[in-house]
This record gives sequence, structure tokens and C-alpha cells, in this order.
Amino acid sequence: MEFLLQPLTLLTFFPLMGVLVILFMKSDAKNAIRWVAMATTLITFGISLWVLTLFTSSNPDLQLEARYAWINVAGWNIYYYLAVDGLSILLVLLTAFLTPISVLSTWTAVEDRVKDFMIFFLLLEVGMMGVFLAQDLFLFYIFWEFTLVPMYFLIGLWGGPRRIYAAVKFFLYTMAGSILMLLAIIWLGNQGKTFSLPELIAQGGIPENVQMWLFIAFAAAFAIKVPMWPLHSWLPDAHVEAPTAGSVILAGVLLKMGTYGFLRFNIPLFPSATLQSAPWIALLATIGIIYGAAVSYAQADVKKLVAYSSVSHLGFVMLGLFALNAQGISGAILQMVNHGLSTGALFLLIGMVYEQTHTREIKVYGGLWKIMPVFGTIMLISALSSMGLPGLNGFVGEFTILLGAFGSKAIGSPWYAGISAIGVIMAAIYILYMFQKMFLGPAGEITRAHNLRDLNWREILTVAPLLAFMFWIGLYPAPFFNLMAPAVEKLLIGY
Amino acid sequence: MQLDYKDFFIILPLTILIAWACVLLLADLFIPKERKGITAFLAALGLVVVLGFTIAQTGHQGTSFNGMVILDGFSIFTSSLILLSGLLGIALAYGYIKRMGLERGEYYTLMLFSVTGMMLMTQASDLIIVFLALELLSIPLYVLAAFARPDLRSEEAGLKYFLLGAFATGFIVYGTALVFGATGTTSLSIIFGASPSLLLTIGSALLLIGFGFKVAAVPFHMWTPDVYQGSPTAVTAFMASGAKIAGFAALWRVFATAFPTPSVDITEVLWVLAAITMIVGNLTAISQTNIKRMLAYSSIAHAGYILMAFVPYGNKEVMPVSIAAGLFYLFSYVVTNFGVWGVVIALEKFEGAGLGISDYAGLAKKYPALAAAMTVFMLSLIGFPPTLGMVGKFYLFRAVIAGGYSGLAIIGVLTSLVSAYYYLRIVVNMYMREGDPVIERETWLDITTAVTAIATVGLSFFPQWLFLLAGSATLKWF
Repeated sequence: MEFLLQPLTLLTFFPLMGVLVILFMKSDAKNAIRWVAMATTLITFGISLWVLTLFTSSNPDLQLEARYAWINVAGWNIYYYLAVDGLSILLVLLTAFLTPISVLSTWTAVEDRVKDFMIFFLLLEVGMMGVFLAQDLFLFYIFWEFTLVPMYFLIGLWGGPRRIYAAVKFFLYTMAGSILMLLAIIWLGNQGKTFSLPELIAQGGIPENVQMWLFIAFAAAFAIKVPMWPLHSWLPDAHVEAPTAGSVILAGVLLKMGTYGFLRFNIPLFPSATLQSAPWIALLATIGIIYGAAVSYAQADVKKLVAYSSVSHLGFVMLGLFALNAQGISGAILQMVNHGLSTGALFLLIGMVYEQTHTREIKVYGGLWKIMPVFGTIMLISALSSMGLPGLNGFVGEFTILLGAFGSKAIGSPWYAGISAIGVIMAAIYILYMFQKMFLGPAGEITRAHNLRDLNWREILTVAPLLAFMFWIGLYPAPFFNLMAPAVEKLLIGY
Repeated sequence: MQLDYKDFFIILPLTILIAWACVLLLADLFIPKERKGITAFLAALGLVVVLGFTIAQTGHQGTSFNGMVILDGFSIFTSSLILLSGLLGIALAYGYIKRMGLERGEYYTLMLFSVTGMMLMTQASDLIIVFLALELLSIPLYVLAAFARPDLRSEEAGLKYFLLGAFATGFIVYGTALVFGATGTTSLSIIFGASPSLLLTIGSALLLIGFGFKVAAVPFHMWTPDVYQGSPTAVTAFMASGAKIAGFAALWRVFATAFPTPSVDITEVLWVLAAITMIVGNLTAISQTNIKRMLAYSSIAHAGYILMAFVPYGNKEVMPVSIAAGLFYLFSYVVTNFGVWGVVIALEKFEGAGLGISDYAGLAKKYPALAAAMTVFMLSLIGFPPTLGMVGKFYLFRAVIAGGYSGLAIIGVLTSLVSAYYYLRIVVNMYMREGDPVIERETWLDITTAVTAIATVGLSFFPQWLFLLAGSATLKWF
């Protein structure tokens, strides 16, 4: 009982209660199933807020630890070990926050096999929470791999026309990286006689030549997930084919698992390899920023445009992380949240209009703002947030990252930051181009052909919380930075 | 030589089993043709009783018949696993052979004889007994493979298995002879202390080839796809796990306890064997369209993973971990394997229909529980959480890395990435393509599939006791 009542255990596994209830419901009771899923995710969000109240932001260490011996025989020191600190608290909150929003967005969009959809969705939430909370490498690996399974089904069952291709590609690509990480985890566990992350970090002392190999093995898993250029090619396929809620979670949370992985594992575990590779990662990140932005501009499909913009935005996060100074890293953590909010909002909004028109081609739209003024306004705010307009969240994150990257000793040259700054301008170009083609000007063929309605209350309710946070972070980011500052400082002690 | 009760205590379970098999052979004559189910129940009863005796031997150790047979944790673990395979094999066969018109009482009796041979194999501590056990386990299997006569594919499978199996036995006998020539003995514990010689190395290499045939390691795997495909599916299921356990038990026992001396040379050979077994098994499985053939290649690939963990066997520190990991993996493989074959049997129709991978299209819509079970098994075979297969692979890779063979481990993980592709294809068919499959339902089949699926997921959360068992059942040097 004591085991189950740990706040973090409850937070991770509560969605299973919903799964259990839904499992015994009739599959044609669609609305009831939706309500159960909604209630479950809302309660989970409530638990995450409770965790936030228990969290001490001035404490740089892991908190609210739930630690029990799990497989503790024959030299296997594997623990069930969940804990949260300043590096992960925001991502935990983001996950708990985005899941009910995604569930709400499926209310009318998913009519087929609602029961299975909600079961997979709730299982996905368990996996994501586990990834951000697990402090034992074995446990982490299980959660990490497990998230693939529900996401694979979400894309493959409810996706677009090329969904099978996209689902299998997503699965194999991601698995390719994580199996290398598996070997590195086993190596570390063998060497350190424990799989517990804090203990392994404290032990340190991994020989330099080995460190680089382990760093690469972990980085393979995380870089594919982020995705860093040139490992990004699964992302556009997965995003375009995934159902809206899947895209939101994919962009909002799953990609962050990659950047979080670098932050949680690579940087503290392999300090000398991190220092050596920082310029190279900065180089790849910069290429990703420019490449993602350029390719976004060339897209005819609006969902693909947003998907490539993720490559660009996550490039900023990587640049910030490997600046290896307080500004860079805290900017990167904040930018992870920002990207989840603004890209999540963009995917939701695109999904809402797609539900009515069933096309995502930019050029067939036009003049949407006149017909759907509320939709247009919300879209504009989200777009501006995504391109980093001052006063909105994106600006705070990107600015802090660039500031960190300019002065970074680890990266060694201000040029990376300088070139990356061009990416911000390019973002403005492709986002505004998209907005102009779709929302301004004369009404396009699709706009005329359909009797389009503006957003209804449910849809507004879906995006409104995201908008609120865009303004909050944009205008007063201090509380968010305060949550992570001590933990970031502690992380940087070795550098 | 004086025999006392202790000698018989050591081989008590298999004595009971073979006596029971003989009784059943006679009793079967009096069981009417339409009620052969009774034979199945009697055979299963025998296995349960013997399983009880085997487990009751836990903690006892010793050798008997002048060091010819041995009882230890290793033999108890593997014997129990073999008995479990026998039970699951009967559960799968019960409805299947009735439905396919193959129901003859000998089926179960032959299975019992084969199980006895497998159990003797795990207890053999002399190369002569290895040979004896090998024949006892193989000959009933040859007959079972051809059990669907006059179906040509089944006859072909039986003949092919027989010819190649006999060939493999030849290698073992010849290897035994050379080892005897080098050391003057066939007893494993005495061979252990022998000084290294070329003859000994060649002898052990020949033995390795023989065992390689039995566990279906590349390049000695040629028989596997045809035999797996042609044999009645219930036989394939039993063969795929039972024969594999026995083969690995013999391989481990002989090499770990008798041949540490030539390990310098053998390790390199094992390295190559494991690598090509994983590569060929997984790559060839991709192009299969028949599920039985695909699973045959998958079983080859899994033999490769287990072999991979055994590569560092010459390292005294790592060898027990290698074998414990192998034992753990065999357990998870047995559980998953019977589940998979249960699903295959549920879809199979007469004349080999319903065995195409495309026949699985649309399964999830009509039979969601069956499709979910199959998904669990596929994930377990890939080595994905939350399944037993993932914990097992973790253990295997740990042994290889502890032995310092990271290159081999990388080949291992890359080939399991390849395997994800063909296992996922079944999931894709079941869930994401339209189709109208019809399944055969039968109580014991349903129970087997359900129990193995639940065990595959459930035990992955509570693997401690299995770790302990496998860890304490491992082999040590004399």
C-alpha cells in the first residue's frame, strides 16, 4: 500500500486505472469511454499538480523518491526507482497537461475503435511519465521502449493513407537507436554493479576512450528521437500520417524524451565525452536549424511544414543543452516546454480544420480568417509563438539559448549561435508564408467548397489552456526558470 | 560395482516416465478409437507426476552408475522445463490431431519417450549417455514429424529429419571416439583434466557440429525450415522447444564441464557460429510468406542469441552467467514459443491452408483477444518490454558484454532490429489490414494461449525468482 501511495508511483500508473475501466466497457459506448479517458487524464494532471506542491524548487537534488529493490538477485541491482528534480519537473507537468488536451481533441475526430484508441493513449501516458521519472537505467529503458508500442498502434491504426509505412518506419528507426543504448546500459550496469543513475554518476571514473563509445550509444537513441539532423527522416512521415492527437503527443512529449535523455544521461554520465563532442553536436544542431527551416518553407502540406519546423526548433534545444552553461541549459529546458505548447497548438488547429475539409494542402486554402475569425486569431497567436515573437513564450526560450550559445566555452565559437539566429528569421518567413496563404487573400477553392464553421466551444476549450501558457511564459517566465535553476547549477558543477 | 537405492533415486523421474510410457503403450490398445483423449490425459498425468518428482529432487546432488549420470540444479531446471514443454505440447496437440484426423494413441506415447530422452540428456555426464539420450529423444521425433502420413510434406519432413539427424549423430559419435582417443575416457569429469591436444580439439569440434545440428545453428540448420513446415504443427511446437532445450543442455554440460581446455580455439568458432546464426536466421526470415517457415528461421535466430551468450564459456567468471542467462532465455522462449504455435494452430486449416502470413489480415477486428496475445508473443520475440523476452535478452547481452565480446553484442542487437521487421509484419497484418480469418476454437488451445500470454507479460514484472532459479541451476567447473 505504501508502495502505491507514493506520489510519483501514483502519477505514473494512475492512467492504468482508466485502462482497466475502459477494458470492461462496451466498445459502442463511445461517449462514456471518452469521458472515462478524459477523467483519468484530468485526475493524472491533478496528481501532477499535487506533485508540484510537494516539490521544493530550491532543492537541486532528486525529490519524492520512490525506491524499492526490484530485481535484486544474482548481482542484478535493479531498483524500482522514480524521482523528480528541476530538470524533469516541467516535462512531467507538460506531459500531464498535454494528454487531457489531446484526449479532448479526439472527441469528434476519432470515431473508429474509440475504445482501443483510448487504451493505447492512456498506456502511452504511463510510458511517457515513466521515462521522465525513472532513475534506474533498466527501468528507464523499459519505459523508453514501451512508449513505442502504443504510438506505433496510434499511427498505424488511426493514421492517414500511408500509415503502415509510417508506423513501421517510426518503430524501426527508434528501435535502431535504443538497442545501442541498451548495450551501453548493460555495460554501465556491469561495470558499476548497479543500474541506479545517481550512483553511477557519483561513481564516475569511466575511462575516456570508453566514455566516447558509451556517449555515442546513448546519443544514437536520443538523437533519433529528437530528431537531430541527419536522423530526422522518420519524423515527417510519422507526423503527417499520425492522427491529430498522436501528432500533438509526438511533437509535444515524445521528441522531448530525446532532448531530456541527453540532459539526464549523456551530460552527467560522460563529462569528458560531452565536452569533446559539444562542438560537433552544436554543428549538427545548427545544420538542423537551418535545414529544418528551409525545408519547412518548401512544403505544400501544412502538417509537414510544422513537422519540419520541429526539426528546426529542436535544433535550438540541442544547441542550448550543449552550450553547457546555465543560460543555455535552462533556455533549452524552457524551449522544450515552449515547443510542446506552440507546436502542440499548431497541430491541434490544423487538425480542427482538417476535420472539416479533409485536406492539408496549403495552396487550396485562402481567406480562412474572414470565415473563421476565432480560428484565425488563435492560429496567428500560435504561429507567432512558434516563430518566437517577443512577448510570447518562444522568444524567451530561443533568446536565452542563443545568449548561452554565444558565450559558451564548450562550443568554442560564437558562429554557431550567429548562424542559428538566422533560423529565427527563417522561421518567421515560413510561418508567415503559411499564414498568408491559408488565412489571408481571396478565398481558395476548398474554402469556398465547404460550408466552414468557426471553432466551437469544445475546440476553443482545447487550445485555450495552451494560449494562456504561451502568454504567461512570454510575459513572466521567472517562475519557470526558478523551478529548474538549482538543478541546472548542480548539473554544471562538473563543467 | 554395487548399485544401491541412491543410484536409482538420481534417475527416478525418468525411470517413472519411461515405465509409464510403456504402460501407456499397452493401455492404449484397450482405449476405443473414438476416445483417444483418454491417452492424452493419461500422458499429461504422467508428466505432471514426474514434474512433481523432479521438483522434489531440488537440493539433491550426486552422480550414479559410476559417474555416468548426474543430478544437479542444472538437470533439475532443464528437466522441469522439458516436462513443461511436454505438457504444453500435449495441450496443443489434443484438439489439433483430432481435427486433422491424426488422432492415434501412439502420438502421446512417442512424446513421452522423447521427453524421457531429453531428460536423460540433461543428466548425462558421460559422452556415451549423451549419445544414448540423443537417440532416445530423436527417434520418436522422427516418427512424429512424419505422423501426418500419407501427407507428402510430412513424410518428407520425417525422412529429412531422420537423415540429417542421423548424420549429426554420426558427428557426435565420431567426436566421442576422438575424445576417447585423446583422453582414454568418455567421462566428462575426467576429460576436464586432460592435457590439451589437437585430437581433443578436433573431437570437441565434431561434438560442437553435432549439437549445432540439434539446436539448429547455421550452417547446420538446413533441415529446420522444411521439417518445421512439413511436420504437424503441434509436433513442430514441441520439437522447437523440447529439442532445443535438450540440445543446449548437452552443449552446455559437455563444453562447460569437460572442454575448458580447448576453449581457446572453440571460442572463436563459437563466435562465428553465433554471429552467422543470428544473421542468417533473421535475414532469411524476412522473405518468408509461410508462418511456419518464418518461425523456423526465427527459431534459428534465437538459437543464435543463446549461442552468443555462451561464447565466453572459457572464462571461469563469466561462464556461470552465460549459462544462467541461457537457461532464463530458454524458459522465456518456451513460454512464448508455445503461445505463438497455439495461435498458428488456431488459424491452420486442412492441407496447410491458413498458414500464410497474409492469412492473419483482419484478425484483430474479429478476434481481439487472440490478436492481442499474438502481439504480446511477437513483442517478446523481438525482445520488447513489457515481456519476458526483453528481460531474457537483457540477460543474454549482459553475459556477452561481461565476457568482453561487445562486437558480437552489437551484431546481436542489430539482428534483433531486423527481426522486429518481420515480427511486426504479423502485427501489421492482424491490426492494419482488412481480412476475414476464421479460427478454430478449442478449450485447451485457448487455455494454452491465454496462460502463455499472461505469463509472458506478467513474469516480466516479477522475474526475481526465475533469476534466482536460473542462477542457482547454472553449471560450475569440476
